[in-house]
Amino acid sequence: MTATANTDGQGGARPVLTVRDLQVQVATTGGAKTVLDGLSFDLMPGETLCLAGESGSGKSMTALAIMGLLPKPMARITGGSIKLGGQELTELSEAGYRDVRSNRVAMIFQEPMTSLNPLMTVQQQLVEVLLEHDTCSRAEAPARALALLKDVRLTEPERRLKQYPHELSGGMRQRVMIAIALACEPEVLIADEPTTALDVTVQAEILDLIRLLQEEHGTTVLMITHDMGVVAEMADRVIVLRHGQEVEAAPVKDLFDAPRSDYARELLAAVPRLGAAPARPQRKLGETVVEVDDLTVRFDITGGVLNRPVARVHAVESVSFDIRKGETLALVGESGCGKSTIGKALLGLVPWEGSIRVAGRQTHGLSPRMLKPVRRDIQMVFQDPGASLDARMTVRDQVAEPMRVHGIAKGAELDDRVEYLFRRVGLKADMMDRYPHEFSGGQRQRICIARALSLSPRVIVADESVSALDVSVQAQVLELLQELQSQDDLAYLFISHDMAVIEQVADRVMVMRLGQVVEEGARDAVLHDARHPYTRRLLSAVPIPDPHRRRPPRAEAEPGLGSPIRRIGDPPTRLNLSEVAPGHRAAS
Amino acid sequence: MSVIDPPAVARRGRARKVAAVLGELMRRPRAAFGLIVIAIMAIAAVFAPWLMPHDPFEQSFDGLTLAGAPLPPGGEFPLGTDLLGRDLASRLILGTRTSLIIGVLANGIAVILGAGVGITAGYFGGWIGAILMRFTDLMMAFPALLLAIVLAAIFQPSLLIVALVIAMVNWVQMARVIYTETRSLAEREFIQVQRSIGSGTLRVLGSHLLPHLLSSIVVFGTLGISTTVLLEATLSYLGVGVQPPTPSWGNIIFENQTYFSTAPWLVFFPGAAIVLLALAFNLVGDALRDILDPTLKGRH
Repeated sequence: MTATANTDGQGGARPVLTVRDLQVQVATTGGAKTVLDGLSFDLMPGETLCLAGESGSGKSMTALAIMGLLPKPMARITGGSIKLGGQELTELSEAGYRDVRSNRVAMIFQEPMTSLNPLMTVQQQLVEVLLEHDTCSRAEAPARALALLKDVRLTEPERRLKQYPHELSGGMRQRVMIAIALACEPEVLIADEPTTALDVTVQAEILDLIRLLQEEHGTTVLMITHDMGVVAEMADRVIVLRHGQEVEAAPVKDLFDAPRSDYARELLAAVPRLGAAPARPQRKLGETVVEVDDLTVRFDITGGVLNRPVARVHAVESVSFDIRKGETLALVGESGCGKSTIGKALLGLVPWEGSIRVAGRQTHGLSPRMLKPVRRDIQMVFQDPGASLDARMTVRDQVAEPMRVHGIAKGAELDDRVEYLFRRVGLKADMMDRYPHEFSGGQRQRICIARALSLSPRVIVADESVSALDVSVQAQVLELLQELQSQDDLAYLFISHDMAVIEQVADRVMVMRLGQVVEEGARDAVLHDARHPYTRRLLSAVPIPDPHRRRPPRAEAEPGLGSPIRRIGDPPTRLNLSEVAPGHRAAS
Repeated sequence: MSVIDPPAVARRGRARKVAAVLGELMRRPRAAFGLIVIAIMAIAAVFAPWLMPHDPFEQSFDGLTLAGAPLPPGGEFPLGTDLLGRDLASRLILGTRTSLIIGVLANGIAVILGAGVGITAGYFGGWIGAILMRFTDLMMAFPALLLAIVLAAIFQPSLLIVALVIAMVNWVQMARVIYTETRSLAEREFIQVQRSIGSGTLRVLGSHLLPHLLSSIVVFGTLGISTTVLLEATLSYLGVGVQPPTPSWGNIIFENQTYFSTAPWLVFFPGAAIVLLALAFNLVGDALRDILDPTLKGRH
């Protein structure tokens, strides 16, 4: 294929895009900060180049600089050149840039909902783009729009044309975004974390689509991602960035087989690989600390003149499980499957029906005051440590707060305890009087863990607690959680969408779909001997961080999952779990 | 570990905190300017009897030209005289009392009332929120001036009543803004964390919501000062505000507005005083917002 012939830059092919010594500076209160320093690369026709790196590596800045979309006046290009087919882009006027953006370089973003106009139908948005680029006449535009939707393999394309963005699922929206990007048949497609906001099965489909389109149209792709699994699936060549500088540039197989730089080696080592986690340490499990029986959470959607319920969200339908002392139960599933709702129900943050016992105490129907003693036994660590810490309070006060609220300690004793908690989660005590924004993401999550530990709970609900962290940090926080578990015999309810992370921490796994459990059992049984088709689909969608084991792209989109929102009086059918092996149950 | 123990510093008293904020304000040129202006006006209000060059109520014989027109600034009357031959400088200085009291008192009540209603309605939502906010909407729909006139007509006009009337009209905007902000803050994760810890309502509202709302409260509070002073002027003009001959900046303007073309200083000086007061509070408010937000400070 031409793509492979061009990747090594031989055969006289000329690069589509040439970046030389690119330097970008951002104005901060402390003076100009260089966020991109001396980046150079060539983008060959038909290839996929991945810019990989952790947050703050400057990968998105590169894309914005190429598109001329740097947030002015804070950020600007202070040196170097960007050449698109011989044309210098850094010296272009805004009007000139508009021509480049509309006809030669297209970009797809992370969040398709915010990139689409919510007030226009898919057809209107596509036609607008087509007419703007003079690719066809007004009369031909609708037919061309339909052809584009067929190109991106959208199911029922005729119907989709008439729909608004909010009527489409996240995956469909991203397909529409790709259709819009391809409308002008760009020379270069820049994809900035195109699948990060999507579920893993949808991610697999979108990545497949990009690869298929690339084969058909010969588009050159510059892909920006933090996910080494995505890199392995997609890239011909990779540039690893860190702190705005290139650390390593190599063909994808060379990078994964023999990384030359220490940083790339560390980064790859930190990537959780499905099937590579060591066996869980054999511990004697203690008594049952959480017993959940027939838990059901439903929300009514009200509407109409009288504000009466018109539909019902069946967030959680009759879920039962228990967790024993020292054990980690993982809840896995895609967005909207009800896994987070279960965590919230355990802490009494949403109204629920059924029975929940924490350390033997029934919590159903308890008032906030009666629930208070229960909270000493169960605490939660949320997904985004930046959002779950109060920006206006020192971290010392925030870690101390639960102990103040529960009257456990005060004065010097309180100070001692806070200091002890800080040291336990691996932070220095002299950082205690700082505010959350002065810490990195990983440190903030450690602070949240310290806060959760301050009441010496028996159970911690970890709701996507490492999802917002960079992989290297993620590995450290997971390690901390395991360490704390073995010291205190903590029980974890670990909620995550990431199969590879689950494999590292879980003793038992429960797979959820549309509010119901479809499969549950010991970790190895569920992950290596999955019985339910949905579990298998989830597992096969996980990108494999190994370029030698690339899956062939599938053209067909799989049927959607359906929705947990149903009409009143039309509850979903209950799934019956049957035992397929001792301790391993799956829905038939 | 460090020898100078941070807990002692962290638990410093409220007085020291206020002193620290004041020091921080004085270090910023614009805020320092605002603070000085406010201080000068406060001094003028308190020591008015000693600072006035003339009796503000005396209609001096030599305060008018032979033709009976007010005197321009200069000479015996530094800022000129008004149409009755009274010394403008003295009236302005005495008027500082009225305007400052109205500005601070009326606005203070409006801010506390508005923020209180906004936070309560926003945090609790449900029927409490619905009732409070519908009431706010009702107040908003009611013509402010008409309401003020009705209220002022029912009660005997005095400084306190005028301040209360103005507060009744002005709290609504604050309530709306704070309500919307509280609604979005209450959804945030760090407030959910409070619920999962088991914190009481007062702790959530006072320790976590209020600090985040402070910047809006401060900004709207300082912006409100100028509208308050002007509303007082309007009320005085309509005869339901501060009663003559007690001077306020607003009623000085309105008493003399017909002479604007022949004696512009009569409108210019009190107008300038109002603008200066509003500007001073805005500058201080802006700086306060920045100082109170730890995320705007550099890492140490």
